Amino acid sequence: MKLTGAKIIWECLLREGVDLVFGYPGGTILPTYDAMLDYPAIHHVLCRHEQGGTHMADAYARASGRVGVMFATSGPGATNTVTGLATAMMDSSPVVCITGQVPTALVGLDAFQETDVTGVTLPVTKHNYLVTHPEDIARTIREAFYIARTGRPGPVLVDITKDAQQKDTEFDWDSAEPHLPGYRPDLHALPEEYEKALNLIRSAKRPVILAGRGVLQSGAMRAVQEFAEKTNTPIALSLLGIGGIPANHPLNLGMMGMHGEAWVNHAIQQADLLLAFGMRFDDRVTGNVKTYAPKAQKIHIDIDPSEINKIVKVDVALVGDLCDVLQELMPRVQVGDHSEWIAHIDEMKGDAAVRDIQGLPDTGHLYAAHVINDLWRYTKGEALICTDVGQHQMWTAQYYKQNRPFNFITSGGLGTMGFGLPAAIGAKLARPDANVWSISGDGGFQMTLAELATAAQEGIKVNAAIINNGYLGMVRQWQEFFYDKRYAATPMLSPDFVKIAEAYGHKGIRVTQRSEVEDALREAEAYPGTVVIDFRVEKEDSVYPMVPAGADLHEMIRRPIPQNVMVENGGDAEWDISVK
Amino acid sequence: MSAHTFVAYVEDKPGVLNRVASLFRRRAFNIESLTVGHTDQAGVSRMTIVVDTDDLGARRVEANLYKLVNVLRVDNVTAQPTVERDLALIKVTARNGKRAEILQLVDVYRARVVDVTNESLVVEITGTEDKIESMVDILRPFGIIEMVRTGIVSMTRGAQAVSANPPLVAAMIPELN
Repeated sequence: MKLTGAKIIWECLLREGVDLVFGYPGGTILPTYDAMLDYPAIHHVLCRHEQGGTHMADAYARASGRVGVMFATSGPGATNTVTGLATAMMDSSPVVCITGQVPTALVGLDAFQETDVTGVTLPVTKHNYLVTHPEDIARTIREAFYIARTGRPGPVLVDITKDAQQKDTEFDWDSAEPHLPGYRPDLHALPEEYEKALNLIRSAKRPVILAGRGVLQSGAMRAVQEFAEKTNTPIALSLLGIGGIPANHPLNLGMMGMHGEAWVNHAIQQADLLLAFGMRFDDRVTGNVKTYAPKAQKIHIDIDPSEINKIVKVDVALVGDLCDVLQELMPRVQVGDHSEWIAHIDEMKGDAAVRDIQGLPDTGHLYAAHVINDLWRYTKGEALICTDVGQHQMWTAQYYKQNRPFNFITSGGLGTMGFGLPAAIGAKLARPDANVWSISGDGGFQMTLAELATAAQEGIKVNAAIINNGYLGMVRQWQEFFYDKRYAATPMLSPDFVKIAEAYGHKGIRVTQRSEVEDALREAEAYPGTVVIDFRVEKEDSVYPMVPAGADLHEMIRRPIPQNVMVENGGDAEWDISVK
Repeated sequence: MSAHTFVAYVEDKPGVLNRVASLFRRRAFNIESLTVGHTDQAGVSRMTIVVDTDDLGARRVEANLYKLVNVLRVDNVTAQPTVERDLALIKVTARNGKRAEILQLVDVYRARVVDVTNESLVVEITGTEDKIESMVDILRPFGIIEMVRTGIVSMTRGAQAVSANPPLVAAMIPELN
């Protein structure tokens, strides 16, 4: 069957099971957009900026487990996707981005809207292609999907020249099978490594599982839980591991790292065995690597061999899909009893409760953590939460206790401001029945708020909470702690978010008091369309605990104990606030 | 830190050299030498890459090269017995009766003269880096006009081949101390 390259693109997408794509048209991708009208089975979502569109495709993938698809034109359209691709790359999210390129005869001649897109995106994609012949399109797209979703998933960009989209060629899906002799996503650990791992697990007295995004990627939630239960091993989560284990599971300690709870980090520092499950020892998780978990042997399970010994030297490496590895381990591990160790960790939780912001008296001030805690309670912890990056993100990780997987979508590795709102739109389109909330700061929200129009055009309902403190809050916090409160360029003026919401045809609500929070949430959930809530929170609040960048993981800055709260062991030197 | 030599088989496709070079730059590895050429197998190129790094860095280089979709096989041949060769063309001034002296040195180094004019000679020398550097030092006083070197190519000794066949997984896990 002879088809244009443009039609072949859509034929391939259909066969890859795609029914929804994100994008923004332009000159060099026009042939493909024209052909799109002949493929009504695929719905196109028009973003307002290609960064937002790429975040939508990313979040669509994270919420659904499918591959997210983004279209953009050459030059500025393609370069606008770079932040989105880098975000997907760092968090191993399967996205296929198809960009138009200037006609082959003009490539390299600085043509209008020409950019070397494969060159630009080389370091921020798992792989990329430049296609100049229509007969290469089918195989390339099949390979792109295959690479994006297998092994350690990631974004793949396919740059297709305009003439390749326009020309006719024979389309034969079956003979366009991927040919990737150098790509080996299916790796397996060696038997002797399993033996070593089993020995370490058997002899451990103070083990901790470190669960990362790989738990969700592999679909190993149940396997990890069963492993933890059988071996009686507590679990610490990375930011992207949240949801991998229910927050209310007794073995789940909570989030580790820079803003992890103190007992989690102390447990890691005191552990004699760390079992890293699909996580990569990010510097936000380890703090100072030299003093990281000094007494612990380390077993690292990861599908990406280049992560082994990258940051932390491990004693055993089990390369492979987490599900497969755990399936191999489970029948061979012994039933464990670490009740003493777990009791010890529980003791460390002791005074944390009084430091918890939830215990702060209602003084008329609105604290962000209160808002997020109330949201959690009001939505019964069942909402699909997408966050931006900054203080609100950490408070969400701390206070929105996720009991289900795939309900927390956040930019972890790249820390991309502006991610939250487009992510919520992408997630809602992936799971229309989910109660989707985006939580953003006033800074990040302003980076991509134009996507409110996308939500309007799609007629979808997302609830956007803005934690508005009039500052770039996390940067301000660093300035407070480490730069003598010299607030350079962090105070921030915002527009009237209620009016902004209304201008886009949405509902806007402003909240300034704790007592108004629940009513606002009720009103938002009852409203059929998209709602923006502007929470005017305490301006100079900080996220605690905090491990300063590069400091030892156990060197945390703790939340000052409120004066009017009774503290039993308030004089304990270990709990002193060590602001540096 | 020391020189580590890798032999990599890669798909012969546009941009592959860029992917490899970009990887080294991005991961902050310093390439001392990189050569690339065809192999006896159609569609497969072979690279010899010399990197100044420590043992852990060398393992990271290997694992990251494997992550490139177009890379078929990587071998760290640093510790293996290998034949290493570098080729240099050195254009050197040869005036005022210096020619005979230079020709004598060329002979000592088992190099060859591949171009002669009234004023200059072009010397071709093949050998290890050390040998070439030694020859360059010796020729320098005569006046080197121009020089070009290929960089190191490397091959393991013995009947066994480092082949382009996809390797065992074991080879891909960065080794543990």
